[in-house]
Amino acid sequence: MTGPLGKDLLALEPLTAEQINLVLDTAEPFKEISERAIKKVPTLRGATIVNLFFEASTRTRISFEFAEKRLSADTVNVASSGSSVQKGETLVDTARNLEAMRIDMVVIRHGASGAAQFLAERIESNVINAGDGTHEHPTQGLLDLLTLRDHFRRLAGVKVCICGDVLHSRVARSNIWGLKKLGAEVAVCGPRSLMPNAIDELGVTVFDRVEDAIQWADALNILRLQLERMTAGYIPSLREYNRVFGVTRERLEKAPKDVLILHPGPMNRGVEIDSDVADGPHSVILDQVTNGVAIRMAVLYLLAGGNPKLAEAAKGGAA
Amino acid sequence: MPPKDPTPVLDARAVERTLQRMADEIVELNDGTEQLVIVGIQRRGVQLARRIVSMIAEREGVQVPSGALDITLYRDDLQTVGPRPVVGPTDLTADINGRRVVIVDDVLYTGRTVRAALDELADFGRPARIALAVLIDRGGRELPIHADVVGKKVDIPAGERIDVLVKELDGRDAVVLARREESA
Repeated sequence: MTGPLGKDLLALEPLTAEQINLVLDTAEPFKEISERAIKKVPTLRGATIVNLFFEASTRTRISFEFAEKRLSADTVNVASSGSSVQKGETLVDTARNLEAMRIDMVVIRHGASGAAQFLAERIESNVINAGDGTHEHPTQGLLDLLTLRDHFRRLAGVKVCICGDVLHSRVARSNIWGLKKLGAEVAVCGPRSLMPNAIDELGVTVFDRVEDAIQWADALNILRLQLERMTAGYIPSLREYNRVFGVTRERLEKAPKDVLILHPGPMNRGVEIDSDVADGPHSVILDQVTNGVAIRMAVLYLLAGGNPKLAEAAKGGAA
Repeated sequence: MPPKDPTPVLDARAVERTLQRMADEIVELNDGTEQLVIVGIQRRGVQLARRIVSMIAEREGVQVPSGALDITLYRDDLQTVGPRPVVGPTDLTADINGRRVVIVDDVLYTGRTVRAALDELADFGRPARIALAVLIDRGGRELPIHADVVGKKVDIPAGERIDVLVKELDGRDAVVLARREESA
């Protein structure tokens, strides 16, 4: 028996609107747990979760770890440096060895698109994708949806523009899928060199000027400009990027209404976003971080449980 | 799917009378209202707790602090029957340390819900005393748990179900006996 999301959470693309709404609704009561003096419930007591991070991450890894610990799971963190991965062990061998130690779930971050799915097809444990290459980062997409829903109450008809390096962004992809499924209007804005060729096939509006995006949008989700892209020749210079595409207070002041500001972090202040916007009254960047823990708790909860043998035995005795 | 021909156990007026007596007993049991905190268990226990609080307010002229507890995350059967998709809100802002807490629920059956509620309460503080008030005690306990205040005791075989209906959620107040269509 698998839960309402299936065995794994690999991407938002295959999920239905009902499944996405279920995660968002389930996250609501989990927000309260993090406000308690004792921030812990016994729900996942005895479950063992491995956080397998092959790429650098602070926010996502800590957020998952808090979510796991607040549900009373036992957690182990594996980073690629300092592990046998450095000695050339393959992903699947690493995972099979972990599984031989009787784990229940794996949270994986990996530089290769499709790594989470590759793993999910080969091990029995539940797999949660914490970002794979330029593919998807589903829990980030979900926490962005939750933050937007908190503010606008519902997502249908809300105009959200994703700004910046859409080409390399798994956050952008998860956002586009999730927002469209819940009926939001989605646009992207950024230099053409950082737009995927097939962007038109995703059914989003494309703005070439950030001023136009700001005029249109109810909310901007401003992506991090990955600095390594500059040396690869995608943009001429950081200063020019800021001058043309930076979200600044001056630009926002020309908008017909208040525009909600999201950013998945880490921010490059003065590049894609100015400090007075990031710290301004319409920024929900820290709410995103708070919601991230609740979303991850909800995902862990919904994937957990369901041992078919025990389920038969327990039938009827639930009241 | 609503079960066929639910047999009434209590009608709306009987529910009202029973809750009034329970409210009085709760006040009596705790020597007044001074240290009292009333906590309802999601879902229908919350509505019953609110009724009891307003009945106490009417008779004693005191608004007793109250809260709501959702015990889903404290259940002992997640690993066996899988997640319950709907987790309700827990709202317990009242300080329970050193207070006399009364847990209110609609039906007392196996006692597992109450066991979970006791665990959850312990995470919020250390009450001086915890008591249990239920509208219906249907027997069939699987744990050494008993209710201090009981609205009505009805012995019901394991295959059957008793439902408490409340105005706020079900449109009317009643307690009805229903054949169990399938196990939960």
